[in-house]
Amino acid sequence: MEAWVISNIVTSLLLVSSVLVVLAVRRSRMWSEAMGSLWKRRPIAIGVVAFYLAIGILDSIYWVGGINAGEDVVSAHEAKSVIDRLFADSRERSYSAPLADVEFYGSAPLENPGWHLMGTDLIGRDVVYLAMKGVRVALLIGGLTSLIAIPLSLLFGISAGYFGGRVDDVVFFVMSTLASMPTLLLLIALIMAMGRSTVSICIALAVTSWVGFCRLVRGETLKLREQDYVQAARALGVSELQIILRHILPNLAHLVIITFVLTFSGLVLSEAVLAWLGVGVDGSWGQMIDQARSELSRDPVVWWNIAAAGLSLFGLLLAVNMVGDAIRDILDPRTLRESP
Amino acid sequence: MSELLKVEGLSTVFPGTPRDVPVVDDLSFTIDEGEVLALVGESGCGKSMTALSVMRLVPKPGRIDRGTIVMNGRDVRGLSIPEIRKLRGHEISMIFQEPMTSLNPVVTVGKQVVEAIQLHEAVDFGAARKRTIELFERVGIPDAAPRFDVYPHQLSGGLKQRVMIAMALSTRPKLLIADEPTTALDVTIQAQILELLRDLQRDTGMSILLITHDLGVVNELSDRVSVMYAGRVVEHAEREELFGRPVHPYSIGLLRSNPALSRPGEPLPEIPGVVPPPDEWPEGCRFANRCDRVLEVCGDEIPGATVQGPHKFVCCHAIAREGADD
Amino acid sequence: MLAYVIRRLSYGGVVVLGVLFFLFVVFFWVATPDDIARRALGEKAPPEAIEQWKINHGYDRPLWPWQSLEDNMLFSHYESMLTFDFGRSDADDVPILEKIRTGAGPSLALTVPMFLLGLPLSVMLSLVVAVFRETYVDRMGVVLCVLGMSVSILLYIIGAQFLIAKLLRWFPISGFDPSPQVVMRFLSLPILVGIVSSIGSNVRFYRTVFLEEVHRDFVRTARAKGCGEARIMARHVLRNAMIPILTQVVIAIPFLFTGSLVLESFFGIPGLGALTVEAIQGNDFATLRTMVFVGALLFVVAQVLTDVSYSLADPRVRLE
Repeated sequence: MEAWVISNIVTSLLLVSSVLVVLAVRRSRMWSEAMGSLWKRRPIAIGVVAFYLAIGILDSIYWVGGINAGEDVVSAHEAKSVIDRLFADSRERSYSAPLADVEFYGSAPLENPGWHLMGTDLIGRDVVYLAMKGVRVALLIGGLTSLIAIPLSLLFGISAGYFGGRVDDVVFFVMSTLASMPTLLLLIALIMAMGRSTVSICIALAVTSWVGFCRLVRGETLKLREQDYVQAARALGVSELQIILRHILPNLAHLVIITFVLTFSGLVLSEAVLAWLGVGVDGSWGQMIDQARSELSRDPVVWWNIAAAGLSLFGLLLAVNMVGDAIRDILDPRTLRESP
Repeated sequence: MSELLKVEGLSTVFPGTPRDVPVVDDLSFTIDEGEVLALVGESGCGKSMTALSVMRLVPKPGRIDRGTIVMNGRDVRGLSIPEIRKLRGHEISMIFQEPMTSLNPVVTVGKQVVEAIQLHEAVDFGAARKRTIELFERVGIPDAAPRFDVYPHQLSGGLKQRVMIAMALSTRPKLLIADEPTTALDVTIQAQILELLRDLQRDTGMSILLITHDLGVVNELSDRVSVMYAGRVVEHAEREELFGRPVHPYSIGLLRSNPALSRPGEPLPEIPGVVPPPDEWPEGCRFANRCDRVLEVCGDEIPGATVQGPHKFVCCHAIAREGADD
Repeated sequence: MLAYVIRRLSYGGVVVLGVLFFLFVVFFWVATPDDIARRALGEKAPPEAIEQWKINHGYDRPLWPWQSLEDNMLFSHYESMLTFDFGRSDADDVPILEKIRTGAGPSLALTVPMFLLGLPLSVMLSLVVAVFRETYVDRMGVVLCVLGMSVSILLYIIGAQFLIAKLLRWFPISGFDPSPQVVMRFLSLPILVGIVSSIGSNVRFYRTVFLEEVHRDFVRTARAKGCGEARIMARHVLRNAMIPILTQVVIAIPFLFTGSLVLESFFGIPGLGALTVEAIQGNDFATLRTMVFVGALLFVVAQVLTDVSYSLADPRVRLE
């Protein structure tokens, strides 16, 4: 199956499941109240995140055909996303400054004068288009990694915390082993060994990030296991699986969400460093920053490439961090403990 | 006897939407020198917040909204920060419910008492240490001298509470606020601590503001009792009077539902429902929805005090009407 | 106490063995010797050349003990790593130990001042924020931290090089000279960038630590005794917060040795970080493997030290 078909399927699955999540949230009083107060606290940040998500989704739905007449045969048969189609005719020959009418070097007239909000790059691609393509990559890195890391850490963290004994020893040993290697070096080593592809980068990021989360889940499970209601359920003869599903897992939900949001920015930042080391994902903002680095020493300076990539990255991470902070304040009872 | 502490119209609030939520509402009481006043009520009725308000220790973002607190002739609310620090631990000392967590785990217990002494008196470490050991002996800590250098986790809960008491007494305060001093302790230890508090009170002549939900503790220690419900005092009386002839429906229910005071073999009566959280306190009499003598007016109007003697008043519409009918 | 240290040490030893096994799996089994040779020689290298390369670099023997008990890669991997006989680089045949020796100096020259200046600065700033909790100072502080955390280190470096070095010309853009008179000229900018880029997340972390302690019961006791805020912070909060702070500190020490990959290579400092970047770009698996191992080894040692220093800071552990 071609990559774009998979992308379509995954996107639709994610959309369907997010609708289901929204419905579930509205049924639960606690969660809908939490979401309500989140919206009240951080309307702008949530709006920004939604904007990024919308771009990411628009860039994840592909289909073939419907390309304008001017296109050559090869690209007419290539699958393109909504974002690709918006910028289909935007190609210039080389650098142009933001909103310029002529090329940056040589003053030749542009195909689309005054149209490029953030100018064009060395080979004439629109910079806003490149920055928008980076959104999907960033969301993919954060999302796919979490999709691998969170279930793993829940599985291992809960079994270690709940069953203790040998299981705990093994999980704890694996965690200490992974945690003792320098994160960035481990990341690079894994990516170099597995070969460089989006999936292997996400796997590598998952390997390095699940440990912290697993430790958190394990600790919380240890605490929950000793709670009276869990003891009571056990005394009543409820099966272990039932106890985990009904009493442990729902009480970890807030932790999952907080950790997911707060690690997201770390993952995107790590990818930027990886991109600079030459082992990142193609089309990421990190790669854009790395490629645009030398442009700052040109004279006159070509600044819009790095500015666009840097601002896109900063905007997403700032919004996500703000939302994450607010979510933690709302959901984590430890910060609510105000009595002296 | 002269008045030591006078609290009038005290309201302590926490910010909330759409308006601030009072946790203590229009509360008044006085403590005379050498007297023990007990504030009794279920958890969540604002007893501890009252105590913290007197010390001006209400945790942020809460604050004292209205009312006067006069300690020994001085307005506590008007004091500057350095002045209030001189008051805390010097004129008013406090002991807390949780001796386990109320002591700093990384400082030896002796040094923590010495700190309290040296904060208020210019004495050198040697003298303060000597006095600490004497205090340890006084509060019944065996092997007082070697215990000076141990860390809190090496002591049992009862001994930790004794350390807390020694610390509170170290500056010879005029008023001791004891916030649930025995709740976290074993029953046998509870009795010892109560006895110690009673002896110390008799010897030093200090006043005690005793905060508790335990009527047994009240009976052991107090001279007068204020019964609190949902941030307000509902009945105030001398101890014998309250235990012998409670008037307010809540006080009656509270006394009846105490296992220690009930008759064996009979089912224990209970007050239906629970204390609502502060942001759901009803208009009018706050006990109305759990009261067996509820009248129509109870839902609309906060009942005023009906004075029934020099040291006795009760806040209840039903009682007020009875009095008017007589 | 001694028994505890011995127990911690032996567990650390087991973890080191685990790390070595993990490295073996990643570098010999996931990336097979054939892959490594092909990366070094190019995709189109003839099979004979690959075999010859494997023999030259010692990758030609069977991997697992069950294939050959006397002569297998797993055992020799363990043996060479544990005796610090790291062998030679896959790329330029220089002994790896030699490379590490020459790189450690410049790395430490960068990371140690960064650490010694950055740590007290973060702790002090977060104490200030914790003292002013629930006021606009605190809220502003948190917003600034989040702002700082949302910027990639690449942008910090590029921005600093462009602004401070290129436009203002206060410091050279990059380069290194180990002679004591001029070394700080080259190191000031990377040290500054290193501190600024990490200060946001550090202050936020220490703030949480302090706030956790500020709300403890014994702080209320201290306040009820009549303690002032400064005394409460210094004597009661900071002393109890020392435990999580110590963890951070000791855990950070091994990373002083492994250096900073990004800072060193952007600023042209020939330390261990730059060495690692070189190894990545040259497909030098042997050096990379060794760097991960050395990092992990130092980390394990540091962890044992943390646990021991825990017991010094916390009487509850010390007197067990």
